Amino acid sequence: MTVTEQINIADVDKILETYEYKKSNLIAILQKVQEKYSYLPEKVMTYIGTKVKGVSPATVFGVATFYAQFSLDPQGKYEIKLCDGTACHVRGSMPVLNAVRKKLGLTPDKRTTDDGMFSLNIVSCLGACGLAPVVVINEKVYPKMTADAVKIALDTIINEEKGV
Amino acid sequence: MTLNIDIKEEQRKAQEEIKNQGFRVLVCSGTGCIANGALEIIKKFEELGAKVGELTNHDKMTVVPTGCHGFCEQGVLVVLPDLHTTYVKVHVEDVEEIFESHIKNGKPVERLLYVDPQTGEHVHKNEDINFYKKQTRTALENNGHINAECLSEAIAVGGYEALAKVIEKNDPQWVIDEILNSGLKGRGGAGFPTGLKWKFAAANRGGKTYMVCNGDEGDPGAFMDRSVMEGDPHKLLEGMAIAAFAIGADEGYIYVRAEYPLAIKRLRKAIADAEERHFLGENIMGSDFTFVVHIKEGAGAFVCGEETALMASIEGERGMPRPKPPFPANKGLFGRPTVINNVETLANVPVIIRKGAEWFASMGTETSKGTKTFALTGEVNNTGLIEVPMGTTLRQIIYDIGGGIRGGKKFKAVQIGGPSGGCLTEEHLDLPMDYESLQKAGAMVGSGGLVVMNEDTCIVEVARFFMNFTQNESCGKCVPCREGTKNMLKILERIVAGNGKPEDIDTLQELAKAVQDGSLCALGKTAPNPVLSTLKYFLDEYKAHIIDKKCPAGVCAAMKTYRIQEDVCKGCTKCARTCPVGAISGTVKEPHKIDTEKCIKCGSCMGACPFKAIVCE
Repeated sequence: MTVTEQINIADVDKILETYEYKKSNLIAILQKVQEKYSYLPEKVMTYIGTKVKGVSPATVFGVATFYAQFSLDPQGKYEIKLCDGTACHVRGSMPVLNAVRKKLGLTPDKRTTDDGMFSLNIVSCLGACGLAPVVVINEKVYPKMTADAVKIALDTIINEEKGV
Repeated sequence: MTLNIDIKEEQRKAQEEIKNQGFRVLVCSGTGCIANGALEIIKKFEELGAKVGELTNHDKMTVVPTGCHGFCEQGVLVVLPDLHTTYVKVHVEDVEEIFESHIKNGKPVERLLYVDPQTGEHVHKNEDINFYKKQTRTALENNGHINAECLSEAIAVGGYEALAKVIEKNDPQWVIDEILNSGLKGRGGAGFPTGLKWKFAAANRGGKTYMVCNGDEGDPGAFMDRSVMEGDPHKLLEGMAIAAFAIGADEGYIYVRAEYPLAIKRLRKAIADAEERHFLGENIMGSDFTFVVHIKEGAGAFVCGEETALMASIEGERGMPRPKPPFPANKGLFGRPTVINNVETLANVPVIIRKGAEWFASMGTETSKGTKTFALTGEVNNTGLIEVPMGTTLRQIIYDIGGGIRGGKKFKAVQIGGPSGGCLTEEHLDLPMDYESLQKAGAMVGSGGLVVMNEDTCIVEVARFFMNFTQNESCGKCVPCREGTKNMLKILERIVAGNGKPEDIDTLQELAKAVQDGSLCALGKTAPNPVLSTLKYFLDEYKAHIIDKKCPAGVCAAMKTYRIQEDVCKGCTKCARTCPVGAISGTVKEPHKIDTEKCIKCGSCMGACPFKAIVCE
């Protein structure tokens, strides 16, 4: 089953209704859509562009590509947010980043694993600077990471998924 | 205006409620402590709470999740106010011991007390820990002392008292004058007098006006606004309501970064609770003052911290700055007069109204009044959130509060004000931290991020890091910012890669000027600051990279060479086996050699050598 088949326009309508088809709610609408599908499918963006008052599909695309939070590609089941804010950078977020990339076979251009399990996004600051460097995997905060510690954290998730 | 509630009476009732909680266990539940397991600790204490019949002095025990204390480094923090004790680095396994030994039998758990790094002594009370002792808290006064999710605890410590005073007095001009007289300036970066902003907007009183709170704390390395929103959300709401009353706004927005889910959750609850008790919403406290607050979640764009970009984002557009004038006070959100204040600024407002403008103005320097929060991070012993009077010196902050440089290393510089700020060096250690002195030194207070760097930090690499950040976050509207930052970044990348050219320094300066002059908003205007200030104070380090092809701090991989010291090498072959690219050769029991052409400078050999024969230079 491909992702496009899972899109039910009725769900999108429900979101649009909650936000009263208002332009000022466009970002919130896109956030809800992304919450549902893990990304913003093109078909849905175009649909929103025809439904929200005073907005064209081009505007929707413009907003979606402007903000770092939105993804136009499907995201993995686990979203890894790696903080590269100043405090994390000074305390060594780069070796952690390299370890994650190496472990999962990701590159700056390839941000989701082939099995759709992990996505890696670099964020600028999570506000947990006292615990630098910080990695967040699906809302769980991993403090004071090192290259080894992050590998262990990933292994734990991988093993859980395998049911080990 | 007459109110239908007596706030003093509400306060008395709320204090009574706290008394009825019996023995209070305060567990820090900020983002940092939650990451360290605060929620498990709360659960465990609550389980033990069932056994309180065994307590001699109290018939009840209440576990209180509080906001961030700011001492994230030492998390999870557990405070027992009745026993005047603060425990640090508490794990869920320690809970039972704290309960059995201290709460039940009065014997403190020594090993969980804070140890003063200078004296090596155990410290019992928060007030005696240097990190706290040297602070003066205004915006953060309640953080760590009250349940962040409970309205009545906020009321017990004076919450909404100032709002009641303001509505009862019914004199918006008086409110504006108080704030003007207090000398409060915007804590978000620019330092514009808050009262003046309100005065401009109030001049347009009559039609629809908006009150907006900027909670888009984008500066990497700053987290004071997060801590206020998470730890004392009612204070922020009260500050907003007072501002709204002063300017005649009946609707407001809090724009919060999407990266702060806990802050969003607590603010939503705080708004709902306050509306239920008529401290917000329609006819506040029975008066005819109405103020409705909405939350807008950001979507990850640093530029949205700029006020006009923030408004564009609330309106559902791309967060691109708009030219000023018209200023928001005249034509802001949805084309209406708008005041935008930062979280910390607004958190100061209720305290000023409660304690008076004079009290606030008595703190700080001649021109910078009150206190300021700083997020102290990087290579310092005590990282965390602090609040000190304006004018406190860098030395006091780093050494007295921060406990000095980590690992006994040498202080090199501090980056203040994030990607828009600059760096300060040893010669600035005694500089008073206020708006004017910092500006003179080529830096800025900014949001108050302080990243401490030691001798092992490469300053050129830090400049590259900030330029990479601003280049990524440039919205693309102004060509000088969009293209200029790109080219500056390219040059810096070239320098740290060991390919810098002698003319690069001049080109950087020239580009910096163009970006500063030709950009519409503060992001572009300040983007070159980190480069300019590092060029000013660390020109030699740039030259070392460009001319000598050396990184004095030993950070830039491209300029490192690994060498095996022949007299130390025992020929154990461990390095050769570890090297991922086969760059090390030699026979057993003979000194080995590294082929620098093949070497990828990964440093694996250095870690593997049991004799420390490999050096990096």
